[in-house]
Amino acid sequence: MGFILIMIFSLAVYAAPYSSQASHSAYQFALAALLQGHSVHRVFFYQDGVHNATNLAAPPQDEFNLQEAWQRLANDHKLDLVVCVAAALRRGILDEAEAKRYDKPSHNLASEFTISGLGQLVEAAVVSDRLISFG
Amino acid sequence: MNKKMLLISRQAPYGKSTAREAIDIALAASVYDQDIGILFMDDGVFQLLKSQKSQNIDQKNISSILSALALYGIENIYVHQESLDARTIRTDELVVDDLQLLNNKDIGHLLNQQDQLLSF
Repeated sequence: MGFILIMIFSLAVYAAPYSSQASHSAYQFALAALLQGHSVHRVFFYQDGVHNATNLAAPPQDEFNLQEAWQRLANDHKLDLVVCVAAALRRGILDEAEAKRYDKPSHNLASEFTISGLGQLVEAAVVSDRLISFG
Repeated sequence: MNKKMLLISRQAPYGKSTAREAIDIALAASVYDQDIGILFMDDGVFQLLKSQKSQNIDQKNISSILSALALYGIENIYVHQESLDARTIRTDELVVDDLQLLNNKDIGHLLNQQDQLLSF
């Protein structure tokens, strides 16, 4: 006998891809949680974690492409991937609207991500059973 | 819904953006009416020092934000006594007057009371 306890998780990702393993661990955690039937309410990207949201990363073909993996995970599981606006703007991660607002020549936020405020991290902490930090 | 949250800040103020961006989370949590406290320990206690001259490295002064935490309704500010002692910092050298000094044992109790921990 046994039953599966379904938990609501949210993840906070603070580290850039590649330089640190932290955001890859976050990806694997999210994948494992979803495959076990848990709910992932939100993945919130803050500090250097915002670099996970670029659609311009082009790693060598024989290496894992974490940015693309996030996008695939979001599409497969309807994940809410949110990037902190203040952290993103400081680091040159912009969606089309922000690029227009700040008169920048280009934008690079992958369409699976949304830009929002720190309130989304606070809300995730409030509604989730566990908030897990990476990085 | 309201949860008891504690932000733990353990890094010195300027070498990395960590300390500054951690404070922003505390401010956001207070705006959303959450029960948020901040614990300064390890090198994080350096953030609280008076007379920081961060303009010399083109940075905003963290201590002036910290001295205004009460205005944001963040009243629970905790400082780890052993971290101060190890760095020979006295409480009269800190920008926040109304802080609670905790020893190792007190911190164990504090962590146990929280719903969520945010560690930086």
